[in-house]
Formats: sequence, C-alpha cells, structure tokens
Amino acid sequence: MRFTLLMAWRDSRASRRRLALYSLSVVLGIAALVSIGSFSANVRQAIDQEAKGLLGADLFVTSPAPLAPPVLEYLKGLGGDISREETFSSMLAIPSQSHVRLVQVHAVEGAFPYYGKFQTEPAGGLEALRGSSPTVVLEPTLLAQYGLRTGDAVKLGRTLFTVAAALKKVPGESPGVAMMAPRAYISMGELAGTGLSGPGALARYRAMVRLPAGRDADVVVREMKDRLPQFRLSFETVGERKRSLGQAVSHLDGFLSLVGFVALILGGIGVASSLHAYIRGKIATVAILRCLGASARQSFSVYLLQGFALGIAGAVAGGALGVAVQLALPALFKGLLPVDVDFFVSWPALARGTGAGVVICLLFSLLPLLAVRRIPPLAALRSAVADRAAVAADPWRLAIAGMIAASVAGFAVWQTGQLSVGLGFAAMLGLGFLSLAGLGYLVSWAARRFIPRRLPYVVRQGFENLHRPNNRTVLLLVSLGLGTFLVLTLFLARTTLLREIEGAGTLGRPNLIFFDIQDDQIADLRTAAAEAGTPVVESAPIVTMRIASVKGRSVDDLMKDKDPKVAAWALRREYRSTFRGSLSQTEKVVEGRFTGAVAPGGGPVPISLEEGLARDMQLHLGDPVDWDVQGVVVHSRVGSIRTVEWRRLEPNFFVVFPDGVLEGAPKTYLAALHAGSADQSGRVQRAVVDRFPNVTAIDLALVVETLDGIFSKVAFAIQFMALFTVATGLIVLAGAVLMGRHQRIRETVLLRTLGATRRQLAAIQLVEYAVLGFQAAVVGSVFAVGGNLLLAHFVFHVAAAAPFGQVAAAIAIVSALSVLTGWAAGRGVVDHPPLEVLRQET
Amino acid sequence: MLRVTRLTKTYPTAAGPLTVLHEASFELGPGASMAIVGPSGSGKTTLLGLCAGLDRATAGSVELAGERIDSLDEDARARVRNASVGFVFQNFQLIPTLTALENVLVPLELRGERGCEPAGRALLERVGLAARFDHYPVQLSGGEQQRVALARAFINSPKILFCDEPTGNLDGDTSDSMVELIFGLNRERGTTLVMVTHNFELAGRCQRILRLKGGTVVSDERAA
Ligand SMILES: Nc1ncnc2c1ncn2[C@@H]1O[C@H](COP(=O)(O)OP(=O)(O)OP(=O)(O)O)[C@@H](O)[C@H]1O
Ligand SMILES: [Mg+2]
Repeated sequence: MRFTLLMAWRDSRASRRRLALYSLSVVLGIAALVSIGSFSANVRQAIDQEAKGLLGADLFVTSPAPLAPPVLEYLKGLGGDISREETFSSMLAIPSQSHVRLVQVHAVEGAFPYYGKFQTEPAGGLEALRGSSPTVVLEPTLLAQYGLRTGDAVKLGRTLFTVAAALKKVPGESPGVAMMAPRAYISMGELAGTGLSGPGALARYRAMVRLPAGRDADVVVREMKDRLPQFRLSFETVGERKRSLGQAVSHLDGFLSLVGFVALILGGIGVASSLHAYIRGKIATVAILRCLGASARQSFSVYLLQGFALGIAGAVAGGALGVAVQLALPALFKGLLPVDVDFFVSWPALARGTGAGVVICLLFSLLPLLAVRRIPPLAALRSAVADRAAVAADPWRLAIAGMIAASVAGFAVWQTGQLSVGLGFAAMLGLGFLSLAGLGYLVSWAARRFIPRRLPYVVRQGFENLHRPNNRTVLLLVSLGLGTFLVLTLFLARTTLLREIEGAGTLGRPNLIFFDIQDDQIADLRTAAAEAGTPVVESAPIVTMRIASVKGRSVDDLMKDKDPKVAAWALRREYRSTFRGSLSQTEKVVEGRFTGAVAPGGGPVPISLEEGLARDMQLHLGDPVDWDVQGVVVHSRVGSIRTVEWRRLEPNFFVVFPDGVLEGAPKTYLAALHAGSADQSGRVQRAVVDRFPNVTAIDLALVVETLDGIFSKVAFAIQFMALFTVATGLIVLAGAVLMGRHQRIRETVLLRTLGATRRQLAAIQLVEYAVLGFQAAVVGSVFAVGGNLLLAHFVFHVAAAAPFGQVAAAIAIVSALSVLTGWAAGRGVVDHPPLEVLRQET
Repeated sequence: MLRVTRLTKTYPTAAGPLTVLHEASFELGPGASMAIVGPSGSGKTTLLGLCAGLDRATAGSVELAGERIDSLDEDARARVRNASVGFVFQNFQLIPTLTALENVLVPLELRGERGCEPAGRALLERVGLAARFDHYPVQLSGGEQQRVALARAFINSPKILFCDEPTGNLDGDTSDSMVELIFGLNRERGTTLVMVTHNFELAGRCQRILRLKGGTVVSDERAA
C-alpha cells in the first residue's frame, strides 16, 4: 500500500503538465455531463411549472353527483388544500335587454387556482367574486355581444348579479369546455339563492386539490379508485393534462432523456479517451516495474490510484466548471430567453455527473492495465504497447467490458424510464461501437495492404500511420464516430420534433367559433364574415340527439342497473353530432373503417365513435346504437372508432354520421374562423352578432395563445438543449483528438530530425486525420440517420425528418474538426527542439 | 543457480513462425560468471530475458535459484525476480517519472521496506552519481542512466545479475569503471553473473563464453 501511494505520487509529480492535459479532457467530459444534466433539470422544471399552471392544482376530482362525505373526508385526510366547483348549464337573463342566453355556470369556492393565475379584465375579478354582494365574471364575447359593462346587472335563476369583469384565462379549463357555451363564474355562496342547484340539476361537481409536498397525485388517484369505486369519480392530474396537451410535452420529456444519455456517453468518451491514452503511455513503466519484481496488483494499483485521483480531481473541477457554465450562460443570454426558466444547480445532476465521471475513470484505467497483466514484461518493453496480443480471452477484461456495457444499458433504462427504449438506446450504441471498431480494424488492415507506392511520400506516410504500431485508428474512429452518431442523432431528433411541434402549433388555426347558426343563416353568415375581413375557415352541421338504446337495451332500462357499467352522463347527455364525408385532419381511425356516405334506407347507419366515448360506453365495432333524433329513431351501428386530437381546437365531435342520413333533421351550424388580431376578432363578432342575434360567439384566442405559448416553450427547450449539447459534444471530441498528441510525437520528431519540414509533417497529419475524421463522420452520420428514424418511430411516434443538408453539414464539420484539432495537436510537437522530445520519450 | 534446458522461443509473425532461439541448454553455479556473445539479432536479449523470467519460453525449462520459473505464473515470477534477480537492460529502462534515487529504490520499496534511502545513496555514490540523486532520467546522459540502472540492479543484493550490453553506450573510462563495479560485486557478494556483450575483452573476463548464432548455441567454452 505504501509503495502504491508513494509510487503513484512520485510518478504524477514529474508529469504534471501532461497530467493536466489529460485531466482537461476528463474535466470537459464531466463538465458536459453536469451542465447538460443540470440544464435539463431546469428546463424540465420550467415546463412542469407551466403544466401545473394549466391545471391550477395538483389534482381534480370530478363527480356526477355532489361529492360524497367519504370522498371529501379522504381528500381532507391528505392534508393539502381543497377548493370546490359546481358546473351546470343555465339561462342567463339580461333584464335591461330582455335577452336570455344559455351559459355554463361555474360556482366556485376556495383558494383555487393554486398555480397560475385567474385572469380577468379588469383584473381582480376573482377577488370580487369572493366579496359579499352577488357578482359574476362573464365570457368576454357575451359582454361584447350585448354591450354589457362591468357594473351592469344580469340574472341567474332568482338572483341578480353585478358583472365584475370579463374572463380572460382560467387555469384548469380544458380548451374543449370553452366551446360548449359561454361561461359565467359566480361564488358558491350565491348558489343556493339562485335556486338553480339541487337534485335533478345536471351538474358536475369538482374538487380542486393542492397536495402537500411529496404526495404523488398519481398515487392518490390510484388509491381513490381502489377505495372509493362506488362514487364514479373521474380524475385529472397535471401529468394527464400534460399528456392531453398532445405529444409536445411528452416529446420534451423523451428528448431530455435522450440528452441525458448522450451527455453521459459524450462525457464517457472524453474521460475514457484521455484515461486510455494516459495509461497506455504508462505501460512501459508498468513493464519495468514488473521486471523489477512488482506483482501485477502492485503495478496496477499505482495507476488505478492515479486514474481514481484523476477522476476525483476531474469530478471536482468538472463539476465546478459545469456549474459555472450553467450559471454563466443564462446571465449571458438574459433577455433573449423567451422562457422563464429558473436556473438553479441541480444537485442530483451534479452528483450523477461527478459519480459517473469517477466510475468511468476507474473502468477505463483498468481496461488497458489489465492487458499488461498477461503480457510478459519483456514483450511490453519491446513493443511499448501491449496490444491485442494474448488478451482476447482474459475473463477480467471481458468482465470489465461487460460491466461497461451493463452500466450503459442500466443508465439508458434509468434515463428513459422504459426498459425497451433504454435497451434500444444501449443496443444501438453497442452496434455503433462494434461497427466503428470493426471499421477501424478494417481501415488498419486496408492501409497495410493497399497503399499505392506511387503516392507522394507525405500522403503515403499519412496512410501508413493508420496501421503502424501505436496507431489511434480504432480509438479515434470509435470516439469520433460515436460522438458524431450521438450528437447528430440528437440534432436530427430536434429537427423532427420541432417540425412536429410547428405542425401542431395553432398558427392560422381557428380561434373564434360561432354556434347556434340556423340552417338558413349559414350562407349569409359566411358572406358577412368574409366582408368583415375574417372568412369562415370551417363549418359543420350539428344535429342534437339523445341515445335511445344501446345494444338493444333502452337507456331507462340501463339506468336501473344497480352497478352501472356505463357512465350515466354518457347515456343521458345530449349529443351534438355531425355528419360528413371524410375524416378531418385531427382524426385518425384506430378500429374499423370510416364510412363517408350511405344510401337512404340501407339498414343500420355505420357511425364513427370517439375512442374515449366508445370506452366509456363499452361499445365495440358492430354494436348497435339507436338514437333519438328529436323524436325520430335512427338505427346505427359502430362502424369505426377514431382518436381525436381535441387540443387542436377545431370543431370536433364524439359521434360522426356519414352523409345521406341526417340531412333532413333539424340542425344548426357551427363556424370556425381565424382572426388575426383582437381588433379583427371584435369586428367580425360585432358584424355577425348584429345580423344574427341568436348566434353565440366563443373567442378562443386566449386559449390558443396559451397553447402556443407552451409549444413555443417546448420548442425553445428542445432547441436550446440540442445546441448546447452539440457545442459541448464538439469540445469533448476535440479534446479526445487532442489526447493523441503524445502518441505520434516520437515519429514526428524523428522525421523532423531527419529533415522533414513543418509543411511535410503537417501534410502527413492532415492525411491521417482527414481519413479518420471523414470516415468517422460518415459512419456516425449513417447511424444517426438510422437512430433518428428509430427514435421517431418507436419513441416519439412521429414521422422522422431527413434533413440531408444537416447530415452533410455534420460530416463536413466533424471532418474539419478532426483535421484542425489534429493539426493543433501536432503544432506543439513540431515547435519543440527534437532532442528534448526524444529524451523525454525514452 | 541457473539451469537452462532445451530453451526455445518462437514468435508468430506475418510470414509464419520465427524461431529466434533454438534449444539452448547450459548450467551455471553460484558465483559463476558467463558471457553471451553473438551477432546482432542472434537471440541474446531473448535468451537473457527468458533466463530472468521476463518472457515465456515456447519450450524448454529454466531453473533459477532453485525454482522452475517456467511453470510459475507471472506474479510468482515477479516475486522471484524481486528476491533474487538484478537486471540491467540494453536500453536502461529507467522509469522516466522517477528521480535517479527513486529509481534505485523501487525494488526495495516494492517489498514494503522503509528507511532504505541510505543504501540507495551509497550505491549511487559507488557508481559515481553522488551529485545526481534528485535528477530525472531525461536530465542524465546515457552512461549516467546506465549506472543508475546498475545501482538499481544491485539494490536488492541479487543472487544473480543479468546484464544486457552494460557498456554498450559508454566511453572507455566509464565503461571500465562499470566493469569493475560489476565484477567487484560478483566477487564480493558471490553474485552469479550473466552478461551479454559485444566486447571480447569483457567477455574474456568471464569464466565462460556462450556463443549464439541465428538462435542456436554454437559453442560454450571456458574462458582462458
Ligand atoms: N516480438 C517479436 N516478433 C518477432 N521477432 C522478434 C520479436 N522480438 C524479437 N524478435 C526477433 O528475435 C531475434 C532476436 O532478438 P534479440 O533481441 O534477442 O537479438 P540480440 O541478439 O539481442 O540482438 P542485439 O545484439 O542487436 O541486441 C531478432 O531477429 C528479432 O528480430
Ligand atoms: Mg539485444
């Protein structure tokens, strides 16, 4: 032990400068790991915060009946905060104008929202509701339509309310809800006075819960489902809300996992390449020690200790650098960032980065050292490198290689949280590694066999270097190739996802909807809207209907079941269905086939059901459903089941009939428009509502804006993390190339002694590094394109982008990078007096 | 002390197996001295390395200080070397990152011995490097490095000393003093000596001369 410490210390003392160079790469690797991990955590948190603001609470518990005492007790027992809301449809009367409107009344109580803001115009609407006199906050389109102002009176049931403000943004409302009817918020305290609530009212009862720190909403939901099944509760959590936002947010999660994985491997490449080069330089010394009678254990514990110390030092310095970068970058870009990201040091990321760094240092010191164990000291001395010879079947080496593979796979699974995806990452990486290593051996072999004698001397030298003893062909191909592979995959995934998010964005999509348009008004309304400068983008007929029977059993009959399998709301509600000849952009059939048109009188009508509804109603393909279409019974069967992207805010429907059935039924229309600005929106609303007073307008601009906000934040996060990782990756790779500095130093100096000019030496190096860099870039890019395809298909479930410009640019950049760094590395050598270098190297 | 029986070494090369040492046999008692001579590439370093247990033979056996080292594993051989063998390499093989004194002390420190510095200093003084204790190998000339290597070979009072061209890089005077040192220790401590050399005068001072050519022992004679 004493010897080990003494030797490790003494040995490091004389080569501090060299050690510093090697540790630079370790530091860079670990800094990359730490800063990327920490940034990831920041971004993730920012988006989570945003998502919380969407719901306004940690958990919604919704019931079709007043929340039963056991439910409330359970919720109180959680120790968080609870607010309540009761929602139902009612008529709003405007006494001054003797108008009546259907509105959706929200009676609220408690401190909700816990996250995000309840925004009104003028501000303070929510506080006004909590005051002592009856006040109401109304949908702004209602105010616009009837020229109402704050302070005016409206009547709900028996109570006269004062209009306090117009609604701007309420956390917790899913976009679809706003499309039903204009909203009116009142205080729960006023509800009894209106006489509107009570048994028989088709109300929805909801508790909005803020959980105490450390409680997981998903766990609570599971427990409630288990314990209180009889209350037919439904739940909504932040996680679910994130999912319902569409894929953008889950894509971000997936992307950040990928970033974490890439960071680790990049860090690993940085650390491993430097340790590997360092330890290989020490192999002659190990051999001398063995000649002098040191045991294998003694001789390698010396270098293992150095590797470990390098790891610790690198971890400390790298951790500090990572944190510094993480703290400095936002300060640099302040003001440019479109997102409120709270930049904080993520301790888990720091611990993970430094821990991984030390482990990688140890493993990669062991790997070359183990090779020496089996080689006779004399052989090691003679060839200075303990290459391939006799090490193939060393169980220890295999064990270490296995450990490295296992930890990469384990880390991948941990990062992605999914076994199959994690293993997929690791397998892809392994495949890349093997292919690149294989290519490396192939290149060495080919360089030995096929170098034309006629080539100019320097070019030939450059090629020969690829196979000479002490070459770095395999090492560089692997590190550069894997680096290119990972970084480019990340970049391509970014392109894929950004394109997807842009596609999902709401730019140019409808943000203003008109309801209750009569059959004979739709044509005129189109003209009126177009004249006002905002033409109708989309319109759909709506036929209201109720369910008469399901699978031969009438609704009344089904409602009598003691243990109803089908949600009551789904049976009793009024369906606003449409009919059309084709699917819309936001729909996708998942079962059966969509039928666009039927001939009159041809048996049960094939209808298309939304997936969630089909699940709630327990309906499958071919099941018969009879509809009561305002007195007329229409027989139908489930012809297809489709998914609907509700978030797109386009007119979407639970049930779609084919053309040819409902044309004669009484129907109204809905029209969707895209208003470029609030002014424009106001203008077209006035134009339409003035002419068609029965039409209701719903302004979705704010909802759309909120969604766009989230999309742009997600897009920014992806963009930022991708660019940061690419930049870091390039630095780490440059470090890896630089590590080779000492490997060719002796050859270079000897050539210089023999009269080679600086230019000739540079040319030799240029050839060597250009060949390696180009090949690594090409192979890495091929893998990246493949990796991106797989990711798009299996992880993100989107179509992959194939931007060949980016791939070509990547190949050019990596080749240039390796040539430049190779040249920079060689410069130092050429500038030293040959004798000094030669002496050092003996 | 050293018994070599039908020792053969074959290297696999791109052009098929290359036998660089073919069935060499000899025996050497305690305190004896032997020179190995022969043209360059004839297998001298190979034979010496095999005798010292620095490499594995393809066939044949080596018995060193009473142990069959060809059947030992690498670590056991290292112990034998540490206990009984001193080796001076053709190209010095000092550890570049250690000072002269530290280089000399390595074999003792390997055993975990403490307070061995005076012995190291004494030996370095004896080879004429009193002023260079704290110098690194790069700061020493070839001859000085060779003397450090010699001091290192003697520090563990080996029973047998292997020298590969100990005077190859040295001028006449230095070379003479090296030779005196080597033979002096051979006499004083009864150290067995095996030395590879091109220098006939030097070879002549040994009790025996083994002649190698193309990997085969062509003669094994007593010196005059
Ligand atoms: N790893 C190896 N692979 C193939 N041949 C080798 C290897 N190591 C040594 N040789 C060959 O073995 C032969 C003997 O080498 P050795 O070093 O023993 O010669 P030597 O007699 O010491 O020569 P010199 O006087 O020049 O030092 C040489 O021809 C050498 O080329
Ligand atoms: Mg030799």
